[in-house]
Formats: sequence, C-alpha cells, structure tokens
Amino acid sequence: MSNFAILVDGLRVVRGGNEVVRGLTFSVPPGFVTGLIGPSGCGKTTLLRSIVGVQIIAAGSVSVTGSVGYSTQNPAVYADLTVRENLRYFAAVLEAPSSDVDRVLSDVDLVPQGDQLVGSLSGGQLARASLAVALLGSPQVLVLDEPTVELDPVLRRDLWQMFHSLAEEGRTVLVSSHVMDEAARCDRLLFMREGLLLADDTPAALRARTGSDDLEQAFLRLAVA
Amino acid sequence: MKTLATAQRILTQLRHDRRTVALMVLMPTFLLVLLRFVFNSEPMFSRAAPALLGIFPFTIMFIVTSITTLRERQTTTLERLMTMPIARLDLLLGYAIAFGLVAILQVVVAASVSWLWLGLEIKGGLGLLTLIAVLDALLGMAMGLFASAFARTEFQAVQFMPAFVMPQVLLCGLFVPRDQMATVLNWISDVLPLSYAVDALTHVTRSSDVDGTLLRNLFIVLACAVVALVLGAVTLRRKTP
Ligand SMILES: Nc1ncnc2c1ncn2[C@@H]1O[C@H](COP(=O)(O)OP(=O)(O)OP(=O)(O)O)[C@@H](O)[C@H]1O
Ligand SMILES: [Mg+2]
Repeated sequence: MSNFAILVDGLRVVRGGNEVVRGLTFSVPPGFVTGLIGPSGCGKTTLLRSIVGVQIIAAGSVSVTGSVGYSTQNPAVYADLTVRENLRYFAAVLEAPSSDVDRVLSDVDLVPQGDQLVGSLSGGQLARASLAVALLGSPQVLVLDEPTVELDPVLRRDLWQMFHSLAEEGRTVLVSSHVMDEAARCDRLLFMREGLLLADDTPAALRARTGSDDLEQAFLRLAVA
Repeated sequence: MKTLATAQRILTQLRHDRRTVALMVLMPTFLLVLLRFVFNSEPMFSRAAPALLGIFPFTIMFIVTSITTLRERQTTTLERLMTMPIARLDLLLGYAIAFGLVAILQVVVAASVSWLWLGLEIKGGLGLLTLIAVLDALLGMAMGLFASAFARTEFQAVQFMPAFVMPQVLLCGLFVPRDQMATVLNWISDVLPLSYAVDALTHVTRSSDVDGTLLRNLFIVLACAVVALVLGAVTLRRKTP
C-alpha cells in the first residue's frame, strides 16, 4: 500500500491566459478527510479538475491511487431524467452493481425523491443527487467540489459524518469549500490562496502554529505572513 | 454495453419529453402533407418529395444533436463522464443508436404517408428508402455533434443550422437540378454530402434498380457520416482548458 492517495508535483495550470495554479506540490494521505479551503476564485475547482484528469495542465504531474469518484461544483446530472434513472445510467458506465443505486440514494437521504425528475428538485436536493453519483461503485478516492453548499445544518452534519465513516473504511475524501467553518470538520487541511498553498497540515497543528483558536484567524494570519 | 446504456439513457430522456418526440416524428409528415396541397399536383409533389424525405431527418437530427451535446457540455455531465471509464466511441455510438431509432420512426411515418396517401411512388421499396434516409439522418447527427463544439451558447447552436444545413439544401438539387447550376455551384454541390443522399433518394423513388451509382452515392453518404463522427469524436475532449 502506498502512503499517498493523491500526489501532486509542481502543478501549474493556465486558464484564460492567467496562471491560476502556480506550482503546487503536496500529497493527500489515504484514509482521511482532507479539506481544500480557500476563497472564491483561488483555484480550488481548477486543482480538483487537474486531479481527476479533465484539466489541461501547463506543467507538473498528478497521480491518484485507486478509482476516483468526482462530484463537480455545478450539479452534473441530467435534468430530464429521474434521480434513479440518472444513477442507473452512471452505474452502468462505472460497471457498478445495480444495488448501488439504492445504497447511494439512502446515503444522501434522497430515497423519497428517487422517482422525481431531477429538473424539479430543490437546490439542496439537486446537489445531493449529483453527490450520489460520485458515491457509485464505492471509489477509493472521492473528490468533491463544494458538496455541502446550500444544505441545511442537519444534512450538512449527516454528510460530514458519512465522509468520516468513508475515511474510516480506508477511503480518501478530498472536499473543497470556501466556507471556513467547514475546515474544523476535516482531518487535514490544504489552505489555498491565489493559486498557491498556504498550509498543508492538521487543524490542531495549524491552530498551534498560528497561535489562534479559530481556523479563520489561522487562515488570515497565514495569508498576511 | 456502455453504448447501449447511453442509447437507453437518451431514449429515456426523450420519453420524458413527449412533445419533442411528437414534433420529431410528426413534423416531417405534416410538412409533406402541407407541401402536397400547396403544389396541388401529384407529379410536382413526386418530384420534390424524395429530396425532402432526406432533408427533414437531416435537418432535425442536426438541430437535436447539436443542442443535446451542447447541453451535455454545459451542464458538466460530459466532464463527469470523462472522469469515468467510458470511451468516446461509446458515447457517440450511443447517440447514433438512439437518434437513429428516432430517425427510422420519423422516416417510416413520413414515407408511408407520402406513399399511401399523397401519391408518391417508391419503386425501389420502402425499406431501401428508409435505409437511405436513416443514413442521411446519421449524417445530420454527426455534423450536429461536430458543429456543437464551436457553439458557446444554444443561440449559436441554433444559428449553425442555417450555416451548415441551408447551403446543402439549396445546392442539393431540390430547387434546380444540379447539372443545370452554374459550374462553380455545381462543383460545390459535388462536395456536399446531402447532394448524394438526395440523388439516392430520388433514384429509389423512380427505379427499382440497385445500380452502381446508387451504391456509390450510399457509400459517399455513409463515408461522410463516419468522417463527421470521427471529427465529432475529436471535439469531445477528455481534458479541457
Ligand atoms: N474556463 C476558464 N477560462 C478562463 N479562466 C477561468 C476559467 N475557469 C476558471 N477561470 C479562472 O480561474 C480562476 C480559478 O477558478 P476556480 O474555478 O478554480 O476557482 P475556485 O477556487 O473553485 O472558486 P469558487 O470557490 O468560487 O468555486 C478564477 O480566477 C477564474 O476566473
Ligand atoms: Mg470552485
């Protein structure tokens, strides 16, 4: 078994003529929930797209150990299919067992909406339908781009619990967020700003290093340093 | 397997959108009926109908495919699929099978009504006519897929219809026989694939011979569809900027 799930080395990405990822090197250990935290526009989506292999990169390399489940920031499901029909299609593409459809539906708490057209779901339900696709086939590595925005506190707590139980099974969860209060729920943090990494550590170590109880404070101190 | 899953997914999407299906299947027939009564003459109708039996499926498949693929690119379902173990060919063939089935339905209805009610003679038989028109529909599909790569918005995608389709319609021999066109226009019409589809359709209505010219024309349409499909595949990139 390797000691990393994701390895990023010297990654640079240019989008629209600007270098939006400016030389990143880090690894993500398996079996943890790692948070990719940073302000809007700092390059989180670009980094995640590079990790799952759909981003053209200018330099560097990315390697991922094991199968990947990816959930895009904008819901990537067909609006003119029901939730179940979407899941059945993606399960077929992934060659996942058909029993997965019911499992992921209950994982994201969408069983009552299973036969509803995706186009008629509420914003939070839509986000969960899209997240459910990433859980199909029980991938080793989950790359989730802002999966918990628009969700109410109860659902958000449930999903974070699910991320942690997945990590306990030995799977790797990489979650992006621009909301600082989600940082405290992660086992490890990648702080990102303007295409660069500010920190790659555990929340406790970051609090200690910056001498602040609050992770938002910690981020700000690192940003001005 | 994944090809069939994709085809089934697209057909399910269509099933949820009955109005689109009804329009796709019945619109060509409706237009042919209208044309028959506009001409108010069976011979004139019989001259124009074969070309139209090719043009309608070609055009409709072009529009439907370019919008569907554009939507797939925009809603990032394509991005998600590109992270999954699916070949681009699975997607393309899935599209081809699903839309091909719709095209068969469309052509069979339009040709049957033209034959049974509107007085169109089909000497070469309904089966052969349907085959040619379906090839033609696949050509429209492949070109629509290719065109969608150049459209940023659905507005632009709809505008590509006149750009890609109308010149072919004007030059395919429907309005003026191709050999009576100015030399340059005749040359242009010689390199546009719809011209060969229309020639083949016209031939099948007038004669039951399956001759070399017919086979050559069919081959050209098929080859163009394959080329457009390959070009379309090139535009379905796994990695994007
Ligand atoms: N297709 C594109 N073409 C040109 N520039 C782009 C493109 N996509 C993103 N960018 C730019 O790249 C930068 C990083 O974008 P990215 O989407 O990675 O940010 P983000 O951290 O995910 O932001 P958010 O939290 O708002 O989702 C931004 O400045 C954005 O404007
Ligand atoms: Mg983003």
